[in-house]
Amino acid sequence: MELVFKRPECLIDVPFHFCPGCHHGIAHRLVAEAIDHFKIREKTIGVASVGCSVFMYDYFNIDVLEAPHGRASAVASGVKRAKKDAIVFTIQGDGDLGAIGIAEGIHTANRGENITLIFANNGIYGMTGGQMAPTTLLGQKTTTSPYGRDFTYDGYPIRMAEMMATLEGSAFVARVAVNNPGNLMKAKKAVRKAFQMQVEEMGFSFVEILMSCPTNWGLSSLEANRRVGEEMIPYFPLGILKERKMADYL
Amino acid sequence: MNNGFEKILVRGNEAVAMGAIDAGCLLFFGYPITPQNEIPEYLSKHLPPLGGEFIQAESEIASINLLLGASATGARAMSSSSSPGISLMQEGLSYMAGSELPVVIVNISRSGPGLGGISASQGDYFQATRGGGHGDYRMIVLAPSTVQEMYDLTCLAFDLSDKYRNPAMILGDALIGQMKEPLIRQKPEKMDLPPKDWALTGARGRKPNKIKSLYLQEGELTEHNWKLYQKYERMKKEEVRFETVNAEDARFVIVAFGSMARVSKTAMEMAREEGMKVGLFRPITLFPYPEKGLHDISKQVKKFLTVELNTGQMVEDVKLSVDRDAQVYFYGKPPGALPPPEEILEEIKKYY
Repeated sequence: MELVFKRPECLIDVPFHFCPGCHHGIAHRLVAEAIDHFKIREKTIGVASVGCSVFMYDYFNIDVLEAPHGRASAVASGVKRAKKDAIVFTIQGDGDLGAIGIAEGIHTANRGENITLIFANNGIYGMTGGQMAPTTLLGQKTTTSPYGRDFTYDGYPIRMAEMMATLEGSAFVARVAVNNPGNLMKAKKAVRKAFQMQVEEMGFSFVEILMSCPTNWGLSSLEANRRVGEEMIPYFPLGILKERKMADYL
Repeated sequence: MNNGFEKILVRGNEAVAMGAIDAGCLLFFGYPITPQNEIPEYLSKHLPPLGGEFIQAESEIASINLLLGASATGARAMSSSSSPGISLMQEGLSYMAGSELPVVIVNISRSGPGLGGISASQGDYFQATRGGGHGDYRMIVLAPSTVQEMYDLTCLAFDLSDKYRNPAMILGDALIGQMKEPLIRQKPEKMDLPPKDWALTGARGRKPNKIKSLYLQEGELTEHNWKLYQKYERMKKEEVRFETVNAEDARFVIVAFGSMARVSKTAMEMAREEGMKVGLFRPITLFPYPEKGLHDISKQVKKFLTVELNTGQMVEDVKLSVDRDAQVYFYGKPPGALPPPEEILEEIKKYY
């Protein structure tokens, strides 16, 4: 019988530690599929950020380096500058990229570092137990916004993809979701495209993936998945925000 | 590259940059801060033609993390900064010590606390020798006192850092960094170093390499900390460096490092001219500290004067090192002005 679906070569055959219903495992798989597609496993170096994504090295069958909280894109840039033939990517969460590491993220994009940044946006701090994130939606209750996020106190949720797209250094910027098969297929294409941009040395590529966090949202897997479509996507619209066609630098 | 014997007149900061290039470091990431700017300025000009990379990063936090990434590939990489910038690097240095990554950081220290000033200071001694960031770790700390040593010790720092897979720091100051002296730019012989089989180069034909400092399984972190400790103990056995001047017949010894050792040396000579048997003990490695060298001297010499450009930091290590019946005096000068040798001579006379 023909084998039509299997584990990507660069994912190790171990169970993910992610909570049931979390979209993180899907993001890992999309990255793994892209790496397999371009046959770059043996020259890919992953940078694990701090948060639920830190255990990257337990799942990817590739070389992995762990970055301090917020610094993954600076670390990834350092890897790439030292080893230009490597394919370098990182998966950063919303706290990591949107709060503590926003300077490193923006300047990495602005320098046009030829790396791929997957931004895992679930609007909450997962690993520390559900605190407010820079992308937490207005009115959303978290352990540190118990009355719901109020813009007069906490400001507004940050739209990272839009911000990244304004920078001349970024070559590819997209926001995707994996909450239904249609969106998942688009997400798969976007992640693949991001790696393609890097393989073709087009510059900085960025894919924001809207993700669920059932545990910290206090919802069932199904309800959390539904919330991505009903509450997150209206504030964080999906699509390709920027796609450089040639490796031009103005 | 000179053939080894040409003398050139350069600033201390330039000597550091030359040392880095001659040690095979082609990657520099940094952020401007006085009084170390000659280092990034020199390297931004000289690294690209050599195929190297220079990034003026958005902060010292970014710089140290760019270094973390570069070092993980096995490449030699460096940054330089000055005190407030070095403070910003402490998080990254802790991670690099924990992840066992080599790196060379140059602190052309200025005065603090806070924004302080740009005059020479030795107020970063504790930060440099006690780890500086969070967790139980140490850095190799080398303290040059001449422009020649700025070059030589930079080269050595790369070797030691690679040998131990641990960050190494050059602790200079505004005085040594800014002054010009003759330099013999002679590339030192490279140490015989272990292969970097831990480096991230892409998992081709081997199992993936992981570089991390997170250890959550029971007992793992305890074991990791003991492993690091053993490394520091090995440094104490193998890497201690110091200089003594006129220690043989001395009955009074000044202990000073870096720029203060220069002033102290002149004071010692003045004291000798007046017939006082004064010697100088100059630690070159501040970690590992030359405890034994100092202790050996204290079997004969019972009076020590520690001279520092601060209100008393290294003096603690001197007290911990010398024989228990030895007296340790302290003369400190907080940042602002360097003490002239006459001032130190007065101190010598007070206790001699």
